[in-house]
Amino acid sequence: MIDVKSIREDFPILKREINGYPLVYLDNAATSQTPKQVIDTIVDYYSNYNANIHRGVHTLSQEATDKYEMARKTIQKHFNAKHSYEILFTSGTTHGINLVASGFAALLKPGDELLVSAMEHHSNIVPWQMLCEKTGAVLKVIPMNEEGDLVMDSYKALLNDKTKLVFCNHISNALGSINPVEEIIAGAHAVGAAVLIDGAQACPHLKADVQALDVDFYTVSAHKMCGPTGVGVLYGKEEWLRKLPPYQGGGEMIAEVSFEKTTYADLPHKFEAGTPNICGGIAFGAAVDYLNGIGMDAIAAYEQELLQYATGKLLEIPGVRIFGTSANKTSVISFNIEGIHPYDIGAILDKLGVAVRTGHHCAQPIMDYYKIPGTVRASFAFYNTREEVDTFIEAVKRARNMLL
Amino acid sequence: MTIKEIQDAIVDEFSMFDDWMQRYEYMIELGKSLPLIDEKYKTDDNLIKGCQSKVWVHAALDGDKLVFTADSDAIITKGIIAILIRAFSGQSPKAIMEADTAFIDEIGLKEHLSPTRANGLVSMIKQLKMYAIAYQTQLN
Repeated sequence: MIDVKSIREDFPILKREINGYPLVYLDNAATSQTPKQVIDTIVDYYSNYNANIHRGVHTLSQEATDKYEMARKTIQKHFNAKHSYEILFTSGTTHGINLVASGFAALLKPGDELLVSAMEHHSNIVPWQMLCEKTGAVLKVIPMNEEGDLVMDSYKALLNDKTKLVFCNHISNALGSINPVEEIIAGAHAVGAAVLIDGAQACPHLKADVQALDVDFYTVSAHKMCGPTGVGVLYGKEEWLRKLPPYQGGGEMIAEVSFEKTTYADLPHKFEAGTPNICGGIAFGAAVDYLNGIGMDAIAAYEQELLQYATGKLLEIPGVRIFGTSANKTSVISFNIEGIHPYDIGAILDKLGVAVRTGHHCAQPIMDYYKIPGTVRASFAFYNTREEVDTFIEAVKRARNMLL
Repeated sequence: MTIKEIQDAIVDEFSMFDDWMQRYEYMIELGKSLPLIDEKYKTDDNLIKGCQSKVWVHAALDGDKLVFTADSDAIITKGIIAILIRAFSGQSPKAIMEADTAFIDEIGLKEHLSPTRANGLVSMIKQLKMYAIAYQTQLN
């Protein structure tokens, strides 16, 4: 069990008022809030050891390098990667996906097939479309059903020896469905295809074990798991990272440079051109430590309780329809009220201090599937309370009364 | 009435409200009372980009005056359009082009003026002014 009251003390922002109402922050799937342990790490970095890392001869540079590499090890341990050099620091999930898509340009030929799930965020669709344009590879879609589950029989039917890559989110940002990634990975490997899992929505709720999953690439953003924005990691299996060409050229990623020939640095630096987000990386490590201090299992169990409670209460409101009703879902509720545009609900909720997201959630194909303009999405974190769920429900009722 | 006089009247009406709730309720009422746009004008060409909700605006000259009709699938957005149309429709293109929009701030809708705001109030005003410029050229 987790002690929500004391956890909330760690998050200064949760004390804010919006329009005179206490903030009820239910937009955690967009970005999570930052505990003071992470904020302190950022302040400490800039106050005490801000320096450029690697190859620095002076003390500050050594300290910053040590902390940065320690953060990489913390993150390696968290995701159970075999080697720390399989953890590449990126600017976030999108960067990780683009890095892999760019690398595969050299490995694909016309007619090769890539499989994407129907419930992806645009960031896990567009880079692959660009890759297909570049290489002549063909993008095929794994369909989903009304509940928001992937149709696994269709997936299996799509797999063949032309399939080179499969990419899918671990958890859907718009629906909250937890996808059967083990089965997806095993199926892809059986035909020799590589798999990239977008873990942006999964990382705040569960601990992915990349070795147990046997996944080829797994990518996350720090800001979804109580870390800062602008930093994330891409896990890549060593064999793949050796096979893929560098993503960007620059400092840090080289071994030797002459105008005749440049040789690339070893992993992970081959993929980390330029001065990285040093403070962000270190703060990401602090965020991972913070979450593990509470315990990912305890977090998941608590969030499930909130989800069940909120779902039950919401469904009592006439006209509410929830999108994403998978038996396997995380603490995200996407919904609409009959006869009301999601934007209107979001605008009233904001006036009442309740922060939700409205719109297509960067997943337009899902909205097209349900033939809706968008949804209201409330996403819960371990620092949310049942009382906040009650406030949210009352706010939705009030919005409904005003708008209908 | 000039655009300025209409805007002052709108500011007066909104000044009677004590809190946001009443302002929003009034906007929702305005939205519901917005005269319907002819369905044939609800085309992609008349759709304003940059809004989370759909907004259609049609403009046509009536003599030397520009008349706007509009619709949206979101009611608060409709209310905002109703206010804009009341202020600008039936005026000369030149007056619309030159009109100030500070009254939006005065009626407590400043938050909707942020360019990143999803309802795209800024896009709407820009679109109305673009129509005015286009029809002014035609009148010249």
